[in-house]
Amino acid sequence: MTLLSLSHVGKRFASTQKDGGTQALDNLSFKIAPGEFVSLLGPSGCGKSTALRLAAGLLTPDTGEIVYSGGKPETAFVFQDPTLMPWADALTNARLPLDLKRVPRSKANDQAADALARVGLEGFEHAYPRELSGGMKMRVSLARALCSFVEAARPKLLLLDEPFAALDEITRHTLGDDLLRLWREDGLTVLFVTHSAAESSYLSQRVLVMTPRPGRVAADIALAAGRDTRLAPPTIQAQRAISETLSATMAA
Amino acid sequence: MKKFLDVTLPVAVAVLVLGAWQWAVAYWQVPAYVLPTPSAIARALLANFSSLMTSWLATLTVTVMAFVFATLAAVFLAILFSESRTAERTLYPYAITIQVTPVVAIAPLILIWVGYERVMLAETLIAGIVAFFPVLSNTTLGLKSANFDLIDLTRLYGASRWQVLLRIRLPTALPNLLSGMKTAGGLALIGTVVAEFVAGSGTATGLAWRIVESGNRLEIATLFAALTLLALTGILIFAALSLLEWALLRRWHESAISRQS
Repeated sequence: MTLLSLSHVGKRFASTQKDGGTQALDNLSFKIAPGEFVSLLGPSGCGKSTALRLAAGLLTPDTGEIVYSGGKPETAFVFQDPTLMPWADALTNARLPLDLKRVPRSKANDQAADALARVGLEGFEHAYPRELSGGMKMRVSLARALCSFVEAARPKLLLLDEPFAALDEITRHTLGDDLLRLWREDGLTVLFVTHSAAESSYLSQRVLVMTPRPGRVAADIALAAGRDTRLAPPTIQAQRAISETLSATMAA
Repeated sequence: MKKFLDVTLPVAVAVLVLGAWQWAVAYWQVPAYVLPTPSAIARALLANFSSLMTSWLATLTVTVMAFVFATLAAVFLAILFSESRTAERTLYPYAITIQVTPVVAIAPLILIWVGYERVMLAETLIAGIVAFFPVLSNTTLGLKSANFDLIDLTRLYGASRWQVLLRIRLPTALPNLLSGMKTAGGLALIGTVVAEFVAGSGTATGLAWRIVESGNRLEIATLFAALTLLALTGILIFAALSLLEWALLRRWHESAISRQS
């Protein structure tokens, strides 16, 4: 079973200089099964974000193809920046996907309030982004992602582009745990872009290590069970394996 | 305390300046046709109150109409520019041409074309041309500054251009629009004064015409009274637009929030 597969995908960006642009991705291939939690790990500038935007359908590949077996999933995207509307309160921000899909207002309000409660923001429905901390803003962003899923029958694909990179470690950890809980409860399929071996070793089931630009998948590491906490021996072991693979990839 | 000082300090300055003015005119025996005393200006204002009010109403009507039409047209054009690069390329040079051509120079032409029998319309057009540009340039900038990631996000949900405009671009542009409107409010008044000067005798009835007329008759106190009303109108417009800005931005925009220390 495959939800999303990229095969031999290449993407080049034009540039204003006459150097022919930048080859961001070259021959990138990977598959993701429904319900999987996969990390995309690599050095900065390796095309991770480009791969994520291609998976979302926000970009089209120059070469290769992207196939959604089982139909186009409902897709949510979380950026490194919370990317909220500063003029709207938390509820209105979380409700954006529902508003755009023209879900009736009262139903949309219920779902958005529910989503905010699930990320621990009950009581903050009418707070404006500027009144919230960085971690809370990221939670609103997660609640908005949850509101992207309205049709029960369709697969739910959650794409995250280094969502916790700008947050402090404590906040990063609690948000990571919340993300894991939402993934389990809602049967989401998660593609998580990160440059942290520690984060990917704890959160994901599988880690795709990418080469420096132009990005390809250098290694596909399936992680063992038993990684129940960040400091459990299997987690630490996985982290070491990921770090070593990354170093080897960088050196090659 | 801060609010109290905001009011008392400017008022204290006004009292001081007016007092010194009154005293100086009496002391040096300045002729009334050069510089009347503040009390003479107040008397002139009261003596001509109803006619001055009629003039004021004429000026205010033209100013407000010019401001409203210029804002609506500018916002419409800004939306067109932000949605279509071709439209912007084609029309923006003309918008700039109208902006940089001194309005005093084209005002006589507009009066002739529109006709002296429709002088209010001509004045509105002239003042509108002056007020138009700051709203256009500010709003265009604002509409284009919408967060790219946010726009990408709306594409994921299959949003129409109209939805993106309404939900993302226009709210993003609101602070720019309001700042453009604040500039335009003052410019509309200036444009109206210019238009009344150019329209000249007979048909024009506004405050600016009263200034010309009083000057010709050496009724300098009445001239000052009309001038005072013009200044007050400008302040009123600015205050009203500042209030609007505060009401719309106070919850979320950095400019409207006083930092707690």
